[in-house]
Amino acid sequence: MMEKPFAITLDAGSSRANHTGSWRNERPGYVRNLPPCNAACPAAEDVQGWLFHAEGGDYEAAWRAIVRDNPFPAVMGRVCYHPCETACHRGHLDEAVGINAVERFLGDLAIERGWGIPVEAPASGRSVLVVGAGPSGLSAAYHLRLLGHAVEVRDAAPAAGGMMRYGIPRYRLPRPVLDAEIARIGAMGVRFALGRSVTDLAAAMAEGGHDAAFLAVGAGVGRKAHVPAGAAARIIDAVSFLHGMEDDEPPRIGRRVVVYGGGDTAVDAARTARRMGAEPVIVYRRTRQRMPAHDAEVEEALEEGILARWLSTITQVEAGEVTVERMELDAEGFPQPTGETETLAADTVILALGQDCDLALVEGLDGIEVEDGVVSVGPDMMTGRAGIFAGGDMVPAERTVTTAVGHGRSAARHVDAWLRGTAHAPAARPPAAGFDALETWYYEDAPHAMRPRLEAARRASTFDEVVSGLDETTALYEARRCLSCGNCFECDNCYGVCPDNAIVKLGPGRGYRIDLDFCKGCGICVQECPCGAMAMGPEPG
Amino acid sequence: MGTQEIRYFQVGSHAVGNRLLDPGQRTVQSDPERANALTCGHRACQGCGEALGARYVVDAALRATAGRLVAVNATGCLEVFSTPYPETSWQLPWLHSLFGNAPAVATGVAAALRAQGREDVRVLAQGGDGGTVDIGFGCLSGMFERDDDVLYVCYDNQGYMNTGVQRSGATPPGARTATTEAVGDAPGAPFGQGKDVPRIAMAHGVRYVATATVADLRDLEAKVERAMEVRGARYLHVLVPCPLGWGSPAALTVRIARLATQTGLFPVYEARDGEVTGVTTIRRPAPVEEYLRPQKRFAHLFSHPSGPAALARIQEAADRNIRRYGLLGDGGPS
Ligand SMILES: Cc1cc2nc3c(=O)[nH]c(=O)nc-3n(C[C@H](O)[C@H](O)[C@H](O)COP(=O)(O)OP(=O)(O)OC[C@H]3O[C@@H](n4cnc5c(N)ncnc54)[C@H](O)[C@@H]3O)c2cc1C
Ligand SMILES: Cc1ncc(C[n+]2csc(CCOP(=O)(O)OP(=O)(O)O)c2C)c(N)n1
Ligand code: SF4
Ligand code: SF4
Ligand code: SF4
Ligand SMILES: [Mg+2]
Repeated sequence: MMEKPFAITLDAGSSRANHTGSWRNERPGYVRNLPPCNAACPAAEDVQGWLFHAEGGDYEAAWRAIVRDNPFPAVMGRVCYHPCETACHRGHLDEAVGINAVERFLGDLAIERGWGIPVEAPASGRSVLVVGAGPSGLSAAYHLRLLGHAVEVRDAAPAAGGMMRYGIPRYRLPRPVLDAEIARIGAMGVRFALGRSVTDLAAAMAEGGHDAAFLAVGAGVGRKAHVPAGAAARIIDAVSFLHGMEDDEPPRIGRRVVVYGGGDTAVDAARTARRMGAEPVIVYRRTRQRMPAHDAEVEEALEEGILARWLSTITQVEAGEVTVERMELDAEGFPQPTGETETLAADTVILALGQDCDLALVEGLDGIEVEDGVVSVGPDMMTGRAGIFAGGDMVPAERTVTTAVGHGRSAARHVDAWLRGTAHAPAARPPAAGFDALETWYYEDAPHAMRPRLEAARRASTFDEVVSGLDETTALYEARRCLSCGNCFECDNCYGVCPDNAIVKLGPGRGYRIDLDFCKGCGICVQECPCGAMAMGPEPG
Repeated sequence: MGTQEIRYFQVGSHAVGNRLLDPGQRTVQSDPERANALTCGHRACQGCGEALGARYVVDAALRATAGRLVAVNATGCLEVFSTPYPETSWQLPWLHSLFGNAPAVATGVAAALRAQGREDVRVLAQGGDGGTVDIGFGCLSGMFERDDDVLYVCYDNQGYMNTGVQRSGATPPGARTATTEAVGDAPGAPFGQGKDVPRIAMAHGVRYVATATVADLRDLEAKVERAMEVRGARYLHVLVPCPLGWGSPAALTVRIARLATQTGLFPVYEARDGEVTGVTTIRRPAPVEEYLRPQKRFAHLFSHPSGPAALARIQEAADRNIRRYGLLGDGGPS
């Protein structure tokens, strides 16, 4: 040990002999808190976690982190209503991170590069029947395969996808994208029995030798509210209309179309009709602000030249015309009739008044409980009948693709546990990563990279995709806007700001360690951590 | 100025490091192999800004000189907490003589090296604000005038902290110290006194003068690096909060330094040959109260009848700095 630094001539003792850690009365530590984006994702994606990989340009790792939870990144990047972005802390600074756009970029890249998903679990020897090849059924099938079970998916329709294929129009979800993500699930060894409706569940299970079933038949029956109509009136429900768009012969609706309803389905029906050359008018009984449809969708519809009559109800439908009555909001905000009516020309009326479930397959099955038209399930997604699980639109929950996917994911884990005779206990949620724990000083100001939109005029006449994707640079830029709430992203701030060199940098991907021999517990590292990934805690003992 | 042009929209240009940056663009402090010139085990208080500032500065100077650096230290906390015999925290050749003579000793070291033809070895002198602006001031002025090849660094914690927080020529008006107590009609340090040594250095025509704080590492490192590119006398004045003397929570050391800059009370700039050549503009303007409130040395300003008037004068001083240096990026020297 006689190697001395330049010009040192005397042996001095190092102050490292003095363990100043003994001064400490509180100690810093690293935490992994739950970012609001993750907490808000109905499919339980680790958004912050996959963005971390995307930020570094490791897109495959990012994509693989998504598909641990959700097999449909490219679909999600198009149809998810992204509650993650609504919750995103960056929204308090400038604008939320464009999580959904980055997800789409990754999903599309995976399709382009042909990334597949290997099934690594050993075969369990057990078999599960999934009824319904919508997002919920497909998600369950995917996760069950990953857990090593044999899976058969039956669907009444000729192609898999459920409402992703027979509801959501092509201009929002191009079919090659959907096909590619479903094919990837097929390639994992999920067996599809398409064009096969299940009417007797017990028989179907016996026939296939299945040990458990997951039901996800959706809510595919358009609600027929009573509207007085003449014999020659042409009325169709929105679900049938949109379903018909996938047939060889699209439905004939004429030029003057009235769409009745204010939800997303109404808007989709109107925008689809517009693309068929019609001039649709949306009739809705409340105001625009109260439309349940997502605002961006309504905005795009109006841009495309679709007209809307708010505060109106249809009182009579005859061949070629409808009578509408003007409504007024009462003190409680409920629409009340005014008696003032008007007629509108209408070749077809499309009713978009909500959807019900066709639950014939569970009729008469002991233990299965139906309430308000949907099947009751426990927190484990199991119905009242042992071994029969259900999810998606047919159970009480928000009716979105993402929720359906989340149900499939969660049900698969519970089915797996049930088959193994155990119980699946989801990991406890870490504490929420609060906005106050961020030190936002360190973040650069950066606006949201908007996805370019097709010119409204052009898209109104085609079924081309309306919202296009991000290029690589923009996706990377967007990913890097993530604040990494509650989770270390290796910015070296703690390592830098410690006056006592008490933080050890462990190298890329490995984070840091506190050297408790020297940490005096000042708390600067915790205070200056940009993302709230550190906290002070008590000394043990 | 001071920060690089990279915009990673995360923390690329404001935090200490960023795993996404090219190694060549990273700070000295983000390097797992950094020198740690002032290593662990020193006896500075919890959260000491001076210990942090000294490591930032000396590590950066070591990088800029490829390790061929000698440090000369004035008496003060930095010397006392780092070298209780037989221990030292210093990882470079380091000399201490007296409280008031560090600039003169550094001049001597530089002359000795020159005499030996070892001009590759550079000299850094450092001291607290008392040692610099008061007792060592004559030596410093001489060093400036002779243009000796020394970078002199003042760690300004605005008082004689090592001997129990007495007022120095760098103590701000209104601050309570052991010699300017919070009593009487005008509690705390008097208004209208004190020395602005960076400007005094500029008046000497010193080749390179800069101010910095422990709240902006990239700026500080860039200034040390630029200073080391210059031969002759150079002066760097670094604001380093002192939790003990300021009565501020140890965890807030960096934050308080940042507020000093964002209020305008501590202007961050650099100057060459007597002219201001660049300022670091304010990103998030803040009123002076935000800076003063967390510090117990200013507590009386928020309870004493003379407080509002004093606060107004302090705000005026901040506003004057903002105008004088163009700290809002609107037309001052840049
Ligand atoms: C027009 C429209 C647009 C929408 N847009 C969006 C959107 O942009 N974003 C979003 O998140 N959500 C959207 N939704 C909601 C979303 O599509 C549904 O919440 C989601 O598809 C429900 O998934 P699921 O798997 O439960 O059921 P579904 O997708 O409805 O799938 C059920 C499947 O079960 C099959 N099936 C039914 N009965 C049987 C049987 N007895 N035997 C065999 N198979 C059977 C059906 O053929 C169907 O394939 C939209 C819905 C509609 C109608
Ligand atoms: C000639 C002389 N007078 C007084 C002292 C006592 N003394 C030691 S350190 C110090 C104060 C140092 O203040 P400053 O230079 O601001 O450094 P700080 O401790 O605040 O970092 C004093 C007065 C001394 N060492 N020598
Ligand atoms: S900033 Fe990043 S981690 Fe935080 S909520 Fe937004 S996406 Fe999630
Ligand atoms: S900054 Fe250093 S001394 Fe202070 S709490 Fe963190 S690790 Fe400990
Ligand atoms: S008194 Fe102040 S300057 Fe001295 S060691 Fe303590 S915190 Fe640092
Ligand atoms: Mg001092």
